[in-house]
Amino acid sequence: MSQTATVQHQEAHAHDDHHHDQSFLSKYIFSVDHKVIGLQYMFLGLLMAALGGFFAYAFRMQLAFPGEAVPGFGVVSPAEYNMMITNHGTIMIFWVAMPVLIAAFGNYLIPLMIGCDDMAFPRLNRLSIQVFFVSILVLLLSYFVEGGGFGGAWTSYPPLSSVAEYSLTNWGSSLWLLAVTLEIVAFLIGGVNFLTTTMNSRAPGMKMTDVPILVWTINIAVIMFMGSVGPLVAGAVMLFMDQRLGTTFFLPSAGGDPVLWQHLFWFFGHPEVYVVLFPAMGVVAEIITTFARKKLFGYRAILYTIIATGALSFIVWAHHQFIAGIDPRMANIFTVTTVLISVPIAEMLFCYIATLYGGSIRYELPMLWAVAFLVTFLVGGVTGIPLGSSGTDLFFHDTYFVIAHFHYTFFPIAIIAMFAALYFWYPKMFGRHMNKTLGLIHFWGTVIFFNGLFMPLFLLGMAGQHRRIYNYQHFPDLASADLQGIRIFATTSLVLLLLFQIPFVWNFFSSMFTGEKAEANPWKANTLEWAAPSPPPHGNFKELPVVYRGPYEYSVPGNREDFWPQHMPDRN
Amino acid sequence: MSMQGPIATGRCATGIPSARLAVWWLLASEVFIFGGLIAVFLLYKFNGAPGMEDASLTVTWAGALNTFVLLTSSLTIVLAHDAAEHGDGHKAFKFTWITIAGGLIFMCVKAFEYYSKISHGVGFTTNIFWSFYFTMTGLHALHVMGGMIIMGLVSFDVRKGRNLQRTELVGLYWHFVDIVWIFLFPMLYIANF
Amino acid sequence: MLDYFMPQASTFSGDVDNVFLMIVWVVGFWFVLTLATLAYFMIRYRHREGVKASYVTGEKHSENKWIHYPHYVIILCDVVLIAGSIMVWVNVKQTLPPKDDTIRVIGQQWSWAFIHSGPDGQLDTEDDISTVNDLHVEVNKVYHFELQSRDVLHNFSVPAFRLKQDMIPGRTITGWFEATQVGTYDVQCAEMCGHGHGIMGGSITVHTPEDYQRTMEAIKNGTYESDYLKRLENDPIPIAAKRPQVSQNTVNAGEENLVSSN
Ligand code: HEA
Ligand code: HEA
Ligand code: CUA
Ligand SMILES: [Cu+2]
Repeated sequence: MSQTATVQHQEAHAHDDHHHDQSFLSKYIFSVDHKVIGLQYMFLGLLMAALGGFFAYAFRMQLAFPGEAVPGFGVVSPAEYNMMITNHGTIMIFWVAMPVLIAAFGNYLIPLMIGCDDMAFPRLNRLSIQVFFVSILVLLLSYFVEGGGFGGAWTSYPPLSSVAEYSLTNWGSSLWLLAVTLEIVAFLIGGVNFLTTTMNSRAPGMKMTDVPILVWTINIAVIMFMGSVGPLVAGAVMLFMDQRLGTTFFLPSAGGDPVLWQHLFWFFGHPEVYVVLFPAMGVVAEIITTFARKKLFGYRAILYTIIATGALSFIVWAHHQFIAGIDPRMANIFTVTTVLISVPIAEMLFCYIATLYGGSIRYELPMLWAVAFLVTFLVGGVTGIPLGSSGTDLFFHDTYFVIAHFHYTFFPIAIIAMFAALYFWYPKMFGRHMNKTLGLIHFWGTVIFFNGLFMPLFLLGMAGQHRRIYNYQHFPDLASADLQGIRIFATTSLVLLLLFQIPFVWNFFSSMFTGEKAEANPWKANTLEWAAPSPPPHGNFKELPVVYRGPYEYSVPGNREDFWPQHMPDRN
Repeated sequence: MSMQGPIATGRCATGIPSARLAVWWLLASEVFIFGGLIAVFLLYKFNGAPGMEDASLTVTWAGALNTFVLLTSSLTIVLAHDAAEHGDGHKAFKFTWITIAGGLIFMCVKAFEYYSKISHGVGFTTNIFWSFYFTMTGLHALHVMGGMIIMGLVSFDVRKGRNLQRTELVGLYWHFVDIVWIFLFPMLYIANF
Repeated sequence: MLDYFMPQASTFSGDVDNVFLMIVWVVGFWFVLTLATLAYFMIRYRHREGVKASYVTGEKHSENKWIHYPHYVIILCDVVLIAGSIMVWVNVKQTLPPKDDTIRVIGQQWSWAFIHSGPDGQLDTEDDISTVNDLHVEVNKVYHFELQSRDVLHNFSVPAFRLKQDMIPGRTITGWFEATQVGTYDVQCAEMCGHGHGIMGGSITVHTPEDYQRTMEAIKNGTYESDYLKRLENDPIPIAAKRPQVSQNTVNAGEENLVSSN
């Protein structure tokens, strides 16, 4: 205790002499402050979400009304259709899910939640966002080179992606690949920073088991990302050389092996889906404990299941390739590992649900989003099983059943959990509350029409409708009027879904100036970020906190209050 | 930021300096990149991709020489680190530059190899093996050059007795570059089956 | 369940559907159970004035047994699902029943070439009969197919048969099917293969033996008109007029009207 006191003293002293006013540029553009960088990631991510959403609008309209001119876009040619789905997928995963969930909230919250004033390497952090920004520019540039943007699907299987004569997008393919690689580099840089910060910069007294789940999940996600992305980077280098230098790594006619790319891609691609899942799970954990006023059910159990899932996810990748021409005997092994993943994930979800048991639940906006996440993600999870079992995937592969499955996982993660986090930490970030009525409109609109959008796609999938088709007229069985009716229904829901984003955008920006002021700890939560003023000043805390207990001590018997902040020395 | 920097940078909950941790994590992610490349190469080799037998055409003695050079330079950087530990900036400076010289020799031999290959019309696209050869050694060479530059930058501070610990960090990185080569050498130069 | 949307036109389509049905029931049970619990807790434990939340850590066995016991059951369910699906998989993809006839399917950007072995039942003989986008088979006969690709990856997919298999340039991938219902069904390309992936359709017609002979004759003496085109014509979607014309016999069919339209 005494030694922490001295730490306090030195740190408080060290503290003062890096407060000083900065110019606009150094404050908002080239800032090294983790909060500013986090917000930069968030705004870039939301803008990209709008772009990805716009692509989705354009190609869904084309599917509902083939050949008609799409308002705001025009007639969609097959080339454009492929380009839009490809970039829709790439953007939503690499430029929305990862930056918002991991980079934005990671950068903003990790230092606050572990009770220090910044990342361990602020300049490294700035480098990361700059590389990320460049990657966006490269991606946008790829739409305007002649031949147009890359249209070979976000999986970019060679030889289509490696030979310009086949893809007909010579530079589009290369720029797309370059952009993705840059984005990966940005995250590797940022990841190193996250890990080091969490390991070393924790507040005095904060044990590993006092670290909030969100910080854990983000760091585990980063480690998984590092472990899975390496081979893909190697593969990307090879693919790039195939495109530009004429090597033949993936070209069968010259002894290359196209299926190898698929292994490299999915060895990354499957862990990647959990890389984005875990931070979302972390967000939800923080929220449900806060609003149920309950200690998280089985902190350790949740950690173990997350680690178990992470480990398992490295040996399931070929479930994307059951019928891709791999040795059929391999499929059996991967079926086993894939279906078994349901066990740890089920445990995770059960722990979350058990957390509600005996609680005193207040349904504020963040809580509503968190619950919506659990429900919708469950749908996505269970529909993964018929895909995971080879015997049915040999039919479902590349049908809209897959599309529906992963939108029922990705949408809850990248959009619903993202909104949950936004509504939860908005008061901290901007010192004001968002308008609740608008929030409710946004919530119900989004959740209802999200289901209206993707439920029908399960049916289309079961009817054998396959993916990445700009117009089903060439497949008479799929061109029937009632299937077309289902498509129109889905698209209508999408349009409504997008309209219901308007109240959010308005709410989001106007509340920054007119929302009611929020005090430091509006939700009466335990974790350290709520010990800082809202919005936290440069340097975060008035006095750097010392940690005395775990993050989820709610409704502890013998306390007057039903929450017990981590930094509070004595009973509350 | 003031010279002081944020407190986060100074903290050390694990007892391992943040800088060293960061370098370790960086190398970890590098390991997976080279690991992936190497794994892919072996896959092709065992599936008998065309041209793999060309491994016999690589200049084995040059590779061996380079292995020797790199190992020695690894030793000298250790000596530099040791000197830095004892606060002897000048000695550390000297050994760092000997290491850089080692890197330079390595690059010259590489350049000679590349030249002799390309002048015989063997290049990137000759066949899968040569594609791998140039990709892997090229990527590695880039890392060598990067290391040399960083060591150069660090060394001058070190001579003035500032940031001595950085000698250790570049040392870690240099060992990694070295180890990668230890893997590449037998695969590309010796194992020609 | 799937047969509600599509005929079960091959020997193994029934098996696939049944496994799916089983999965739906097993997983559906857990799905409902989980949701029900969630809903119950949400209502039962909503905030009420003066009621304080209880303090449960979930670390004690007496508490977390509620999480652990379901697990053994889930693992059990998993084993059942895995067993069921692997049985189907082995039957469809890992075994090759003795063949009655062979066909070769060649994919290219963006059309299908089907090579029927002709009377002698041998491929690569001069009596082979090749068609574009129209595949003809006899009912209740075991066919072995050889998948090949001229350029990029394609995927030979017949939903009515529950059949899907990637086609890889430089390789020949063999598989089998046995049609059980006379009729004409879609052949889809189910692997992204470039701008024209969306027009790479075809149809497979399952004939009675004599009907099959008649069709083959027609193809030989050029009087045959394509089932695929016929089906495209009476396309129920009203906007059929806007369809880019797919020329039937050129490689890269219809590429010209696929590149950007504005
Ligand atoms: C974050 C995103 C995310 C998540 C979490 C998941 C989770 C899972 N996914 Fe999904 N998946 C994707 C994103 C995701 N997926 C994407 C993007 C694709 C398509 C890529 C492309 O081709 O473009 C894809 C495709 C995909 C395929 C390939 C389909 C194909 O192309 O042929 C498969 C096959 O195995 C699969 C399986 C699974 C499984 C088994 C899970 C499991 O993790 C689910 C586990 C969860 C549960 C099972 C629910 C909770 C458990 C219970 C309620 C207990 C009861 C359950 C049982 C008794 C089994 N997914
Ligand atoms: C995180 C991942 C993610 C998300 C969120 C989405 C969201 C959506 N996706 Fe997509 N999708 C993919 C990942 C994702 N998708 C992937 C990986 C593929 C495969 C690509 C391939 O085949 O190669 C795919 C493919 C895909 C297809 C298949 C195309 C085909 O194969 O032919 C379809 C078809 O309907 C589709 C539709 C949609 C729709 C309608 C949405 C809607 O939910 C979108 C709604 C948009 C929003 C909700 C964002 C609104 C904006 C904001 C909230 C920000 C506010 C703005 C400011 C503050 C500035 N997606
Ligand atoms: Cu051929 Cu898609
Ligand atoms: Cu997967």
